Amino acid sequence: MSTATVEAPAEVAAPEPFWTRQRRFGVALILLGVLAAVLFGSLAPDKDARFTLTEDAQGAALSINGQFGAVLFGVLTLVAGGLLLAGLLKRWSNALLVAGIVTFVLSFLCWQVAGQFMSLQDTLGGTLDLALPLILGALAGVLGERSGVVNVAIEGQFLMGAFAGALIGTLAGSVWAGLISAAIGGVIIAAILAVLSIRYLVDQTVVGIVLNLFALGITGFLYERLMQPDAQHYNTPPQMPAWRIPGLADIPVLGPVVFDATLLLWIALILVVVIHFALNRTRWGLRTRAVGEHPTAADTVGIRVRGLRYLNVLLGGVVAGLGGAYFTLVATGSFTKNMTAGAGFIALAALIFGRYTPIGAFGAALFFGFAQKLAFYLSAINSPVPNQFLSMLPYLATIIAVAGLVGRVRAPAADGLPYVKS
Amino acid sequence: MTAEATKQKAPVEKEPFLNVFLRNLWSSNGVTVTVLSIVLAVVIGAVLIVVSDSAVLAKFGYFTARPGDALEASWTLISSAYSDLLKGALGDPDAFRAWFSGGGTWQDALAPISETLTYAAPLVFTGLSVSLAFRGGLFNIGAQGQAVLGCIAAGVAGFTLGLPIVLNLIVALVAGALGGALWGFLPGLLKARTGAHEVITTIMLNYTAGLFLAWLVIQKGVQQPGRTDAISKVVAESAQLPSFGGVLRVHLGIVLAVLVTAGVAWLLNRSAFGFELRAVGANPHAARTAGISVAKTYALLMAVAGGLAGLGGATQVLGTAYALTPSVAGNIGFDGLLVALLGRNRPWGTLLAALLFGALRAGGNRMQSFTGISLELVTVLQALIVIFIAAPALVKAIFQLRAARVAGLGAVPAKG
Amino acid sequence: MNRAGVAPRRRTYRPPGISDVGEIPLKLELRGITKRFGDLVANDHIDITVEPGEVHALLGENGAGKSTLMNQLYGLLQPDQGEIVVNDEPKVFRSPRDAIAAGIGMVHQHFMLVPVFTVAENIALGAEETRGGPLGWLDRRRARRDVLETSKRFGLPVDPDALVEDLPVGAQQRVEIVKALTRDVDLLILDEPTAVLTPQETEELLAVMRSLTEMGKSIVFITHKLKEVKAIADRITVIRRGQVVGTARPDTSEDELAALMVGRAVSLEVDKRPAEPGRSVLRLAGLVVDDDRGIRAVDGVDLEVRAGEVLGIAGVQGNGQTELVEAVMGLREVRAGRIELDGDDLAGQSTKRILRSGVGYVPEDRSHDGVVKEFTVAENLILDMYDRDPFGNRFRLNLDKIDGNAKERVAQFDIRCQSPETPVGTLSGGNQQKVVIAREMSRPLRLFIASQPTRGVDVGSIEFIHGQIVHERDQGTAVLVVSSELDEVVGLADRIAVMYRGRILAIVSPDTPREEIGLLMAGITGGNEEKK
Repeated sequence: MSTATVEAPAEVAAPEPFWTRQRRFGVALILLGVLAAVLFGSLAPDKDARFTLTEDAQGAALSINGQFGAVLFGVLTLVAGGLLLAGLLKRWSNALLVAGIVTFVLSFLCWQVAGQFMSLQDTLGGTLDLALPLILGALAGVLGERSGVVNVAIEGQFLMGAFAGALIGTLAGSVWAGLISAAIGGVIIAAILAVLSIRYLVDQTVVGIVLNLFALGITGFLYERLMQPDAQHYNTPPQMPAWRIPGLADIPVLGPVVFDATLLLWIALILVVVIHFALNRTRWGLRTRAVGEHPTAADTVGIRVRGLRYLNVLLGGVVAGLGGAYFTLVATGSFTKNMTAGAGFIALAALIFGRYTPIGAFGAALFFGFAQKLAFYLSAINSPVPNQFLSMLPYLATIIAVAGLVGRVRAPAADGLPYVKS
Repeated sequence: MTAEATKQKAPVEKEPFLNVFLRNLWSSNGVTVTVLSIVLAVVIGAVLIVVSDSAVLAKFGYFTARPGDALEASWTLISSAYSDLLKGALGDPDAFRAWFSGGGTWQDALAPISETLTYAAPLVFTGLSVSLAFRGGLFNIGAQGQAVLGCIAAGVAGFTLGLPIVLNLIVALVAGALGGALWGFLPGLLKARTGAHEVITTIMLNYTAGLFLAWLVIQKGVQQPGRTDAISKVVAESAQLPSFGGVLRVHLGIVLAVLVTAGVAWLLNRSAFGFELRAVGANPHAARTAGISVAKTYALLMAVAGGLAGLGGATQVLGTAYALTPSVAGNIGFDGLLVALLGRNRPWGTLLAALLFGALRAGGNRMQSFTGISLELVTVLQALIVIFIAAPALVKAIFQLRAARVAGLGAVPAKG
Repeated sequence: MNRAGVAPRRRTYRPPGISDVGEIPLKLELRGITKRFGDLVANDHIDITVEPGEVHALLGENGAGKSTLMNQLYGLLQPDQGEIVVNDEPKVFRSPRDAIAAGIGMVHQHFMLVPVFTVAENIALGAEETRGGPLGWLDRRRARRDVLETSKRFGLPVDPDALVEDLPVGAQQRVEIVKALTRDVDLLILDEPTAVLTPQETEELLAVMRSLTEMGKSIVFITHKLKEVKAIADRITVIRRGQVVGTARPDTSEDELAALMVGRAVSLEVDKRPAEPGRSVLRLAGLVVDDDRGIRAVDGVDLEVRAGEVLGIAGVQGNGQTELVEAVMGLREVRAGRIELDGDDLAGQSTKRILRSGVGYVPEDRSHDGVVKEFTVAENLILDMYDRDPFGNRFRLNLDKIDGNAKERVAQFDIRCQSPETPVGTLSGGNQQKVVIAREMSRPLRLFIASQPTRGVDVGSIEFIHGQIVHERDQGTAVLVVSSELDEVVGLADRIAVMYRGRILAIVSPDTPREEIGLLMAGITGGNEEKK
């Protein structure tokens, strides 16, 4: 408040600097376009790249000559960048940016897929599969961080969720018992995070990091003591069934992926919408955002700051725990030590890259899921492009985002600060 | 605290000593909390050991009928686990007896301590890295990635350069430090130039480093010839940290660690840069107003912190692993974080904390092979200790409860 | 604000207001309120009665315990002893929720608004109108309408859709008042409401306060400004060091009130000889500086400070003084213009270089920019000289010399501390300020800049600090003093520059009548009123 001026002077701010966000994007896209057209174009074999609609090489397919496609899409990227730089079509600048990135990716794919095939259904399915835990993890982060509690313990919540889901799912012989236990597993870590950071005012990042190690240790310990010696009794959880919605499931590409899927995927998709509207349109959401931005102001109008933070962190635990269930109840049939392997941190990256919003986090999670799926695909077709570099993409993208190289990410103002009454 | 004190004063006539003792305990904060935290962690660890043992659990099944069985079995299990832990960390009395009576070698007797020091050495470096950054107001979660870069640089220098003895080792160590420094400088620079939060950038760089290492070790010229798995060539003997050999794996790294600790202590308290970083850490606005460049301090500090973590990675490769694998750095960066927290961000405290962690790790190995209790218990213990250290009020609250109960029990026989 | 429009409206509204359930006049009594923070007794058995419909002024110095008292009344803090009685009924306020329910509202000194929310969202927060039962769907249209209604009814124009962070301070304050009024409060606490306002805005606020009391609301008005108290209060309670030291009627003279407030007769007159100005040391030419939000804060300032004189800059806080000084110190980017120190351009130089070229600087926000609280007194005394002979060099510190220096300065500047090894954070505000002043004055200076040199400082230290500043002047240093306390500027300065909206409106002599300077501070020059 102290920095505010008495009245805004009439003549506000100098002329807009030349290097606006659009122009910088423009230059970046032009460079990418040149890279794509020249490098991808020259490396791509003169063969057809087939993108099949079904899961295998047969059936309907979109087909394009690899070399031609690589050059064509590269040039399109260049054009999009040029338009941005020239400042034309200003109203469509976001669309141009998206178009530029998509065409760049397409150019890359034409080069890689030339002489081979890529199943669109499989790619989309894999993307959604890989993105599923990321979506849930990032949503858990949204819940905590928007109310001012940093959650770097998503990884730990995943692990606890995965472990509890496998253990109780096996013991009870019910996948639903497993799912509920997974949520409870996430809540346990969330509860420790909440108590330590809200009540005992321990630095939230410190707690989060330590809790990750705690979860790694305790699940690893119990895995080796219980599950490894007697997997039959402790580590063969039933799997979530895929439910097929007649009619909708027959839509090409999308149908089999979205409408012939597990309940968990639907939960994730519904949660994105629910949390988005709840955050922006309900009393709970308004108060949550107030508590995350200016807790003292919220307190002075009678909002229970700590109570709301507890609630949100625990809700986040439920969501992240469900994300953990993915690993044991959907993806694989059993728990193994450290099986989440850093997915919690990619979820964190998705949260930040998505600017702390549910929709943004969802988009980022899909993007990161696609990058991972592509990495798997490339190593399957023995591509010369090392898949490790594709796997780095989420991390590098997040660094670029927080460094503000392409528009700064603004965290809630009170994120990470414990609330103490003055 | 005042509230606690008044509560304790109530039964003064009955338990004067206990009260005086406890009040003194509360007042000497740091050490007490540390000790109590360790005690708490060990107790919880014991519970975990028992509940995860089906044989003992079975005895608890008829606890009401014959409680002695279950308690005895629990006690046997816990005591053997923890005594193995101690033996593995500090030494087995039997081995010492054997050495003194001529039946065994001194190497065998000292092997556990050697293991403790071996595990502690890299943790000292990564711990110092985190501590130093903390004092400058930065939370360096990137010690892990910086250590990985240290491993890479030291390892590559170790098996490619082929320099003469001593020089080769020095160059490899310096390379490790520089590799880590680069990986630390990056987030420092981003923080200084754009304000990007170092917690986020360093987390992301950790995984980037890990993936880079995974890619590097399978490249031609790096991968060990004749191997298909992910392992690099072995560093030249001239670049390895000298050790006793045989069962005594301890190497020069631990000596280096002590020297570097002294160096960091000097840097913090006696040097101009230390003054700058402490000022920036405590109040960056006042530091800036007094003419200290906050941006430059952040960038330099992260480079130095990265260098320290890089040295940790270098000792790991040059002292114990000798070749790069995707997991060569283990968890030393994240453990370093815990070590720094446990050492309260003071250089010598960090050294002691690293020794404790090294001891737990060494003892955990023995516990795993002798008692069959997973090494992961050590991770749990370490995390618990640090959680409690970080929340002293929680520790006091827990022991407050205990103290009240003990007092209550003590009163019963007096009446009877 | 349209004051002409308020007058008839309040007459129309008063009769229904009285019959309205929400506007039963509220009588408040505080009985023996005591609050301790550790050893410090912030409030010591305070008794105050606020009659319905009166403006009750709480007068006291900074740190006298006024805000602590009001925070208890508003449920943010709980008293250790004593009780709060509303309409003869004892109440316990565990949170602001209870206070609001009892009809008490508060406008805090630092506004309690969420910057990224709209005005309507801020006003609705905590008392949201919702639809859809347990879903709690926000009724945004109704929230908007309520805001407009209240705004119209009390003559407080606010735009419900504006983002709070885009609003000027005066408008934010109106939002705060509307926020309280929509909650149907009968007693409104205003904590230092005029600190950030121009004299003109202050006048408008006082008019709003008057119209509110005519509608039957009571107001507790916290301030340390005597003139405003005299202008508006029906009754005055003076607080000093946590105790009520007296009550007064508004016709009590300013001198008497001041004496009550500070405990002894004080003169803000500074004892000093006429200045003997020498060469021009600091020269600003066409200086342009932006604030943190990129809005022009200093807009073409030309200024000159000569050796051996004190130039005072008077102005309401937030008119670019902060940015001006920060630009001179190299802490803020210079957009255009020159800053010359004895002819050398300082623009673009690092703060360290500027300090080293013989400039001493006392920043306005001591605990934020002046001291490192965790550092010892000794360390703070060399905070900007740690790498200079004799205290150290680029690589190492000389701890003995640092220690010796501390002992000397502590004695010379009468810094009250247990030892030089005590952390500065444990010292009183006045002693912390002396540490800063001692540090900045203990090297040869050409230019000495002090922003708000005595803010939050006890009276004894004020006199000492003023004496030191004059002493520095008499040694031939050019001195620039910035203060929002007009008395301080008039007392210290040899020439006064009045700053308004980033410009120097005039340079006047300290003998100029206060009213004239006051008008200048409000942007009114020679009858030409500047429009907003």
